[in-house]
Amino acid sequence: MNASLRKWKSRIMVFTMGLALVICLLPLASLLSTLAVKGGQAITVRFLTASWQPVGERGGGIAHAIVGSLYLLGIASLIAVPLGLLKGLFLARGEHPRLASLVRVLLEVMSGIPAIIVGVFVYTVVVSRSGFSLGLGFSVIAGALALAMIMLPIFARTTEEALRAIPRAVDEAGLGLGLNRRTVVLRIVLRSAIPAVLTGLFLALARVGGEAAPLLFTSFGSNDFPGSPMRPAGSLPHLLFDYARQPFEQLVEQAWGAALVLVTMILGIRLLTNLYTRWRYGDGDNA
Amino acid sequence: MITLEKDKHMVTPAEKTAPPRIVVTGLEAGFRKHRVIRPLSISLPRNAITAIIGPSGCGKSTFIRCLNRLHEEVAGAWVRGSVRVDGRELYSAEVDPVQVRRSIGMVFQRPNPFPTFTIYDNVAVGLRLNGMRKRSQLDERVELSLRRAALWDEVKDRLHALGTGLSGGQQQRLCIARALAVEPEILLLDEPCSALDPVATERIEELLLDLERDYTLVMVTHNIQQAARIADRTVFMLMGELVEEGPTDAMFTNPRDPRTESFISGRFG
Repeated sequence: MNASLRKWKSRIMVFTMGLALVICLLPLASLLSTLAVKGGQAITVRFLTASWQPVGERGGGIAHAIVGSLYLLGIASLIAVPLGLLKGLFLARGEHPRLASLVRVLLEVMSGIPAIIVGVFVYTVVVSRSGFSLGLGFSVIAGALALAMIMLPIFARTTEEALRAIPRAVDEAGLGLGLNRRTVVLRIVLRSAIPAVLTGLFLALARVGGEAAPLLFTSFGSNDFPGSPMRPAGSLPHLLFDYARQPFEQLVEQAWGAALVLVTMILGIRLLTNLYTRWRYGDGDNA
Repeated sequence: MITLEKDKHMVTPAEKTAPPRIVVTGLEAGFRKHRVIRPLSISLPRNAITAIIGPSGCGKSTFIRCLNRLHEEVAGAWVRGSVRVDGRELYSAEVDPVQVRRSIGMVFQRPNPFPTFTIYDNVAVGLRLNGMRKRSQLDERVELSLRRAALWDEVKDRLHALGTGLSGGQQQRLCIARALAVEPEILLLDEPCSALDPVATERIEELLLDLERDYTLVMVTHNIQQAARIADRTVFMLMGELVEEGPTDAMFTNPRDPRTESFISGRFG
């Protein structure tokens, strides 16, 4: 085979791959641009800072849903992070390999449960006023529990991976300094894994930040700013789900705006996590 | 910083007759049903470098990991026998292995600075986690440790950069500084130069000759020439057995055991 034929083959392959990339990116570009155009029209300062107004009145916003979403994600993190860290530590540095593989399988199963089922489950055991239930009613705490249940397997597994990526040599170096096992794992291994642990937390947050299904039965929705965790609260996905089905032009437009805010929020969390870990811990090669 | 070859032979008669630092009696160790070290007994002198040589898998690393009770941290590991340091039994029931490791430091085969820790934090973390809080005290000990490890001049302007950003040889000296910071009396080195290039190796060797004055050093090495260059005493191990030990010069010029002779003349290993 001569050289020019080989070059041509290479060019054709590169072109084909480029084409495949463009085809993959087109839907994403289309989605984001539509979102930016349609959602962008709704976005004003008032839209972002005011809460709900009855249809027909001007000046309604989605601030209550933004705050509600952050509130839900915050409380869900408070539940999922400690549990996920403990699980990750147990899986990556624990001394019970058999039990660990059982836990791993259970987490796998847990992550396979559809979000809507999680919602119904939390409804049955936490929200419902009858039967075998805590009977808390629709509430932020119920919504956060549902989100935490979805976050937990993701966060626990990424934490496990993050800790596993820290070589045993690091543990041994810590032990060699005359530190006990617990100190070594908590203060050295865990700290070494923080950038990857944070990335895992972000992944989990991004996954549940856009979930409406588990919230339908749990935190439900509200047109007011959220208050007590025992009360229902609005959230961006729930508001979107609600407004997008309404026959009122004004609400549909607000739904587009909410969609844009939601996407921006999730990307924003990601970007901030990245910037923070890079600033604090470097790229891995040098600070 | 340059240490002359003759320095290490300037041992005063008093030191020569001083009681040995580490006395190992009937030590054997292994993992589950597998025995890595057959019962061995040996005495190691203070303020000297003892090199342990032997082919891969002969139990050298396991042996020195028994000297600071790190071996037992691996799942399924077991140890029998006695290790006395300055007359004190390391393996008696009332001794806390964590305390043992605080006074017997260790440097590992591959440089292993703590990821996401700065150069400063790598050295200071052992002190901090052992309760030292005062900033000025920490600063002082970090500088002293880095100076002892002959790294201070290279890193003093970037103490708050990541330790993992240093070159391999610098990382290994950082690990030595980290081990020295908690002020151990004995330093164990498990093939400290095997991941380094010749120039970095030379720097570490100079450093070890320097440290020998204040510390008792026990070093595993793959490199027979390295043992010949810097060790006062050499121990040859083969398949978990201590074959021969003695002053380095004597062992290299006039080995008693034919297996030692074949090994140091490069016939196997």
